[in-house]
Amino acid sequence: MSDLPADYKYTKTHEWVRVEEDGTITIGITDHAQGLLGDLVYVRLPEVGQIIDTQEECVVLESVKTAEEVYSPISGEVVAINEVLEEEPELINQGAFEQGWIYKVQPSNDADMDELLSVEDYQAMIEQEDD
Amino acid sequence: MQKTALYDLHKAMNGKMLDFSGWLMPINYGSQIKEHKAVRKHHGMFDVSHMTIIDLHGRQCEDFLRYLLANDVAKLVANQALYSCMLNENAGVIDDLIAYFFSPDFYRLVLNAGTREKDFAWIQQQAINYKVEVIERQDLSMIAVQGPQASAAVMPFLPQSLRTVAKELKTFHSVMGEDCLVARTGYTGEDGFEIILPHKQALRLWQQLADAGVSPCGLGARDTLRLEAGMNLYGLDMDETVTPLESGLTWTVAWQPDDRAFIGRQALMAKKQSRYAKRYGLLFEGKGVLRHGQKVYDNNDNFLGMISSGSFSPSLGQSIAFARLSDYDQGSCQVEMRGKLQPVSIVKLPFITKRD
Repeated sequence: MSDLPADYKYTKTHEWVRVEEDGTITIGITDHAQGLLGDLVYVRLPEVGQIIDTQEECVVLESVKTAEEVYSPISGEVVAINEVLEEEPELINQGAFEQGWIYKVQPSNDADMDELLSVEDYQAMIEQEDD
Repeated sequence: MQKTALYDLHKAMNGKMLDFSGWLMPINYGSQIKEHKAVRKHHGMFDVSHMTIIDLHGRQCEDFLRYLLANDVAKLVANQALYSCMLNENAGVIDDLIAYFFSPDFYRLVLNAGTREKDFAWIQQQAINYKVEVIERQDLSMIAVQGPQASAAVMPFLPQSLRTVAKELKTFHSVMGEDCLVARTGYTGEDGFEIILPHKQALRLWQQLADAGVSPCGLGARDTLRLEAGMNLYGLDMDETVTPLESGLTWTVAWQPDDRAFIGRQALMAKKQSRYAKRYGLLFEGKGVLRHGQKVYDNNDNFLGMISSGSFSPSLGQSIAFARLSDYDQGSCQVEMRGKLQPVSIVKLPFITKRD
């Protein structure tokens, strides 16, 4: 497994969250999550301009093995989507933390960040899962 | 949880191990799609040692198997093998298997992993009235090497005495050495071999093949390969609640001779006279994946049946599936995927045919 970026935040459901300099927030799934899914074949993205709530299904990931919904850890307006994923979903397998990012939001509720896990807590969680 | 003899090698080769019918087996070694494509393009190898191997010895082996199986071993010449279903009295499928014929008093059956206990119990119970000894071979591993270049890749590592014969084997024929069986069989739709040998030799063969550049492939790739090739998976595409006729396996039932009284024959004859559901091939050209348990409807939204197994086809770049549907003659249908009805084509099986 690749190392976890230390400046990201994480969720119990294996999403990552990165705060950008302009205050927007980028969201993806972790390397651990892509490993569990296996080869991705389709990604259904949200639309730019869409308003999403936390715990609302906003992305569907389909791998050869299974289909998985992503529930947004952050509420707000979708300001960008990684359109390349529609043609090359395998970017998530190849680089879950970088080129495999999924969407960006302009956050509407600062308190959402308080619900996230630190890198240490997330690391501890997946190590426990692997046992 | 059980492990095959090759478990440590799988871990060392980065195999992602998952529970498969109580066995810890590699689902992939990084990318199932790459492994799938390696087999279609040149070659790949699979550890299938979790499968059940049963030897039958005794002078009534042939009579017994002609009673036990829906296909007829009397058709076989020495060193030929046969695919068959093993049915219960209701013609439900207890398991599907390959029967290898070596001599009138020696056959070998290779059955599924998840059905081991019930298969063994059933076979022993049916064998009571026959002079047949039923022996499970847990001392053996099984490696499948598959793909258009599989034969050339595996040949240098076979026992010297078997090579000349192995090279020329026709499909569904085998050659037995001192403690190694080499059979031209497989579950991918490609040319290739299944090699049954003692655990120690299996470890060596796997390592030699890996060193020679044969990709280790997990059970994930095995599943998409068999699906493309139109081959059923026991437990999904058939089980004890359905007959071979409803599972696309009519070709495996030997109706002739009329007086061969195999288990399930009566029930199967009755089914044949009725209207029954059949297996169809489905192809979805949109975005999404057909999966086991999805509901299938005709173009007027009438329910037709269910998808028995489905996945993404790496060779076609689209999703494919088998479905068991009421007798249906249209070229398209609808499948309920994630709450919506999607248009799906009905196509001839197999989805992929081998390039010769």
